[in-house]
Amino acid sequence: MKVSLFIPCLVEQFNPAVGEAAARVLARAGARVDYPPGQTCCGQPLYKSGHRKEARKLARHFLEVFDGAEAVVAPSGSCVRMVKHDFAELFRDDPQWRDRAAALAGRVYEFTQFLVQVLKVDDLGASWPGKAVYHDSCQVSRALGVVSEPRSLLSRVKGLELVTMNRPELCCGFGGSFSLQFPDISEAIVEKKVAFILASGAEFVITAEPSCLMNIGGYLEKQNHSVKAVHIAQVLDSR
Amino acid sequence: MKIRSESFQTLAREAMEDKRIQQILALVGPAIKAARDQAFKALDDPEGLLARGRDIRERSLANLPHLLEVLEEKVREAGGVVHWAETPERAREIVADLARRAQVRTVVKGKSMMSEEIALNDHLIGQGLEVWETDMGEFIVQLAGEPPYHLVGPAIHKTVDQIADLFAEKIGGPKKESPEQLTMVARKYLRDKFIRADMGITGANMAVAETGTIVLFENEGNIRLTVTSPRIVVSIMGIEKVVPTLEDMTVILELLPRSTTGQKAATYVSLLTGPRRGDEKDGPEEFHLILLDNGRSRILADPDLREILRCIRCGCCSFVCPVYQTVGGHSYGWVYSGPMGSVLTPQLIAPRLARLLPFACTQCGACQEICPIKIDLPKLHLALRSRFVEDPDWEGGGTFLDRLPMKLGAWFASGPGRYKMASWGARLLEKAISPTGSGWLTPGPVSRWSRKRTVPSLARPFSKRWPELKKQLQAGGERT
Repeated sequence: MKVSLFIPCLVEQFNPAVGEAAARVLARAGARVDYPPGQTCCGQPLYKSGHRKEARKLARHFLEVFDGAEAVVAPSGSCVRMVKHDFAELFRDDPQWRDRAAALAGRVYEFTQFLVQVLKVDDLGASWPGKAVYHDSCQVSRALGVVSEPRSLLSRVKGLELVTMNRPELCCGFGGSFSLQFPDISEAIVEKKVAFILASGAEFVITAEPSCLMNIGGYLEKQNHSVKAVHIAQVLDSR
Repeated sequence: MKIRSESFQTLAREAMEDKRIQQILALVGPAIKAARDQAFKALDDPEGLLARGRDIRERSLANLPHLLEVLEEKVREAGGVVHWAETPERAREIVADLARRAQVRTVVKGKSMMSEEIALNDHLIGQGLEVWETDMGEFIVQLAGEPPYHLVGPAIHKTVDQIADLFAEKIGGPKKESPEQLTMVARKYLRDKFIRADMGITGANMAVAETGTIVLFENEGNIRLTVTSPRIVVSIMGIEKVVPTLEDMTVILELLPRSTTGQKAATYVSLLTGPRRGDEKDGPEEFHLILLDNGRSRILADPDLREILRCIRCGCCSFVCPVYQTVGGHSYGWVYSGPMGSVLTPQLIAPRLARLLPFACTQCGACQEICPIKIDLPKLHLALRSRFVEDPDWEGGGTFLDRLPMKLGAWFASGPGRYKMASWGARLLEKAISPTGSGWLTPGPVSRWSRKRTVPSLARPFSKRWPELKKQLQAGGERT
């Protein structure tokens, strides 16, 4: 199956290693991995901050770039949700683009969802020694219903001890433009999240969402905690 | 009640610095959520009940004008009087006129968000009336001179000790220690008001159209006294709260207490159908129902926003909202708080005063997940954001300069060449500002973001790495 990699902006700009890991894992799982050139941003930040007119511009570009793709896979729940569900809202008064968005929506997948539901793999031969917790990113779990897939993939990773934390579903407080408009509130929320992570005794916090990764990871790093935040693609890619 | 929603950021900061508030929020939210989950788990078919509730609320809205006409007719048949109020001012006038006409001096009240919405207490007190809240939580905030903290738990932000001090100061007598003793103090104090009251005022959890019945849930018994002891009873209800039949009412009866406090049932359920009839021993001589619009018909006609009118005011969205759980109820600056408040407030008061509220949401979706009516609150927040940004009727649109950053961003990101150019420019800028690669973008809004969080440095973009990666994948025998 041919996979068109959809690389989120945060991955493209700040954390390309996540994209590389995702590409390798998908290839190892048997997919033919392609990276459609010319892709930019799906428009999520504009849509969520209320700038729908500008978001539509980016969404149209996205649909042109990924036109006819067999499967579009991104290592991010929020970007997938944007394309899969929110494009429909964005183009509700524009039948032509609405239809194009609808035609693609069914073929857009979050990374772990694609591995488990479409490629039907769970053991990728990965090895990651250490104790870890999985953070259910809101945009992966609530928005896409992807809860068991990452856990099932992680349960097959050699050396990885997956422990539980209090309230794994609690939001980390990022929320995109929310964290810039309300930095104090966002900071207080990530503090609560991190307290639960630390209390779990894990050495790693694993997430499938680059934005949570930046938020939680950035906090852990600046506060000099030894716990490391990693993307699930990086864990599944390690040998 | 003074609107302070435009000061959301300041109020939020105050609440975040208040250790006691933070402790209470950390305790109450999870406790209610756990009780709520338990109460639903105990049901044979929780999903079935939730689906029925959603269906009833949606059907009621779809048929609202007709249901309201039926309700009016049935209330009249039962001997009650129906008043229509388009605005809070009109609703207040109606109550004040009724009080004047019947020479009312003392008013007792059941807990009612509607009465908060129309700022009724201040108005009646201004007319020289003595007005008493008789719900324990509302009584506490009334004595403290504060607005309610939460839809259902008006005084959840107060500790027992604070309440004890408040009672000793305002009611007098030696300071009591236990909740039981404090309840007795309030009970004794209010009993006298009930005896003297000429008018009882309540809200309404809902109204049943087919019978003309007002339905009131409570745990304390004060509403029961409020509607039976005074000569005149006035219920004030938002026009959206009507359901078609008594059977429909029983579904909400199962849903609401479970979602509100995790109780299987409310301790008391009162069904008011008109005033006392000739052969009855108690009940009021007059019963009045005020149906308040206050922007609701406008919301109903707005397909993007009407879903909020399904809300049954259980308040459980607040208890799972990461923002409410951090900033508390008073930060929202008006009657309704949390996720549902952020949708309702901008539509009920001058929008510009509440324009921050729909943005104060991480889009986590916890509210939608727990909502017994499954209102898509995150989507409603987004709809309001776009109104505020793009719709001139909502003072949106802004000036060209306001929108310039977003326009530029969209322009740069809508073409691959421009996107590359912007990435390249950002990297040059990063090098210029911070040659070591740390502290990027620290000026402006990011500086506050990065107070306790590292902002990552820009890396060599994935798009540039792809050609090498592709070769590696091919060399490793992977197909690309």
